Amino acid sequence: MTFAFQAEGLVKRFGATTALAGVDLAARPGTVLGVLGPNGAGKTTAVRILATLLRPDAGRAVVGGLDVVRDADAVRRRIGLTGQYASIDEDLTGAENLVLIGRLLDLRTADARARAAELLARFDLAEAAGRPARTYSGGMRRRLDLAASLVGRPDVIYLDEPTTGLDPAKRDDVWSMVRGLVGDGSTVLLTTQYLEEADALADEITVIDHGRVIAHDTPDDLKRIVGGQTVVVRPADPARLAEAGAILAEVSGHQAESPSRGVLTVPVPGDKAFTEVVRRLDAAGVAVVELSLRLPSLDEVFFTLTGHGTGKSSEEARA
Amino acid sequence: MTTTALAPAQRPGGTGTATPARRPFALLRHSLALAGRSLTKTMRTPEQLLDVTLQPVIFVVIFVYLLGGAIAGSQHEYLQFLLPAIMVQTAMFASTAIGVNLNTDIKKGVFDRFRSLPIARSAPLIGAVVGDVIRFVVSMVVLLGLGFALGFRFGTSPLLGLSACLLVLVFSFCLSWASVLIGMLVREPGAVQGISFVLMFPLTFGTNMMVQTSTLPGWLQAWVKLNPVTDVMAASRALMLGGPTAAPVLHTLAWSLGMLAVFAPLAVRAYRRRT
Ligand SMILES: Nc1ncnc2c1ncn2[C@@H]1O[C@H](COP(=O)(O)OP(=O)(O)O)[C@@H](O)[C@H]1O
Ligand SMILES: [Mg+2]
Repeated sequence: MTFAFQAEGLVKRFGATTALAGVDLAARPGTVLGVLGPNGAGKTTAVRILATLLRPDAGRAVVGGLDVVRDADAVRRRIGLTGQYASIDEDLTGAENLVLIGRLLDLRTADARARAAELLARFDLAEAAGRPARTYSGGMRRRLDLAASLVGRPDVIYLDEPTTGLDPAKRDDVWSMVRGLVGDGSTVLLTTQYLEEADALADEITVIDHGRVIAHDTPDDLKRIVGGQTVVVRPADPARLAEAGAILAEVSGHQAESPSRGVLTVPVPGDKAFTEVVRRLDAAGVAVVELSLRLPSLDEVFFTLTGHGTGKSSEEARA
Repeated sequence: MTTTALAPAQRPGGTGTATPARRPFALLRHSLALAGRSLTKTMRTPEQLLDVTLQPVIFVVIFVYLLGGAIAGSQHEYLQFLLPAIMVQTAMFASTAIGVNLNTDIKKGVFDRFRSLPIARSAPLIGAVVGDVIRFVVSMVVLLGLGFALGFRFGTSPLLGLSACLLVLVFSFCLSWASVLIGMLVREPGAVQGISFVLMFPLTFGTNMMVQTSTLPGWLQAWVKLNPVTDVMAASRALMLGGPTAAPVLHTLAWSLGMLAVFAPLAVRAYRRRT
């Protein structure tokens, strides 16, 4: 097996805090590795080590066969980093940001300009190219930041929580960009707090918590362990809650739970069961204000894997 | 997983415009590109130059008009005595901004991008220091403009007067590295500002900037004679007004090189270690 990047036994301490306590990560060329974990799990620390910004206290990491500590400069020629917080220069325009990076990557000025124009067009920023990045919306900043990490055509791209704080439409944009990157042959490491995101994008998922790997699997196998999808129903008329509950129990074979008032949830084996729920609710004339199919929240995943939650409510984890 | 299994990945799409042209003088080129960035930022937010514009004006007005009559008897005479020294002082205060700005930049994450690029670790710092030279130039132009309007004249020649400016520029440029070092060592921008100011006051005011050394109490005379800034001010006065120049100019250059040799490597080291 050859890997585009591989980390073994990474340890990193900050004073009394152990951010990483021996983490292994690896991805084959042209695949997406999802690193799933709550706030403070050590995701950013692992990314910063793989991106040569931090030195590990123990363990080693290689990118394209090159050691991130000994061959840092060569590694930097192969990687692109989009950090958790946008690292663009707010006072420069979108185009100036990208041209500067091209110049620092030793492109000739004309080539740097051409590459900037190409990326700005690709990320739908051509119109805003001449405006200072300060005036960009959150979604535009993310796109510019992503574009900035691609100037040097990196083999390996690190995306640290690229969709945190974006609304669903912008999140879908980022998702399709990630798919585009992999289509171009790049290898992507993507960190996230959402199983849904890892499931949508990753070929393999490493779940970390408190600086340790607690699971590593394909999305399908991970879902098999942590449970598949959940149907969420909120009847328009609270008086018909019991009726809806009975339908859910019949279809799924499980007793429906009520995590908050007026809402029912039940795990279902597959998409077909969802269609069945919709059909029966309709036949019974139960109007609903919410009806959805979702994957387990990070909190639910952690509960299954570790026997304890992430220490915050799933609402917080989403925020 | 064995080490031998770690083969390099295929390089996708590695053709076309983005193939880097390896060219010599990488550090110089990268530093200049980053200096250009600083300059663009300054031009785009000219309020950043407010301090270097206002400070010389305020100091000249306060010292010349409030104290000039009492100290030198004549305001014109005092302006001649004071201006070459104020130039040193305002440039030194201007050099404190870079530590604060770099500290803020690092917090914002722009430097994470630079760190992930294959450029020398020192390039972003050199670029910022070089780009900051504009601040010294602005403060000098404002000070000289105001000085000439109020009747200041070079006692030597315009060429020697300008070489005084150049000397002060070199000194401030080297002093900037001390500010960069503080900016790298201290966590918060506010603290960087505080520390820099506390250091600047005894260095700039503990000189013969405002009065002749002989009028000071003994312990202060000792400090003034020890203080390298006294040499810089003496060199600036000698070049602008006349008098022996060799000794103060050489002392100034020696101090400048010394500061550069000590603070620049320490600053780069501190930047490298900062997480
Ligand atoms: N520079 C730092 N100094 C001190 N502690 C840090 C630093 N960076 C991260 N940590 C700590 O290390 C742990 C892991 O942080 P991080 O890697 O940012 O997690 P994540 O990205 O998964 O939220 C946290 O407890 C965090 O407080
Ligand atoms: Mg993080």
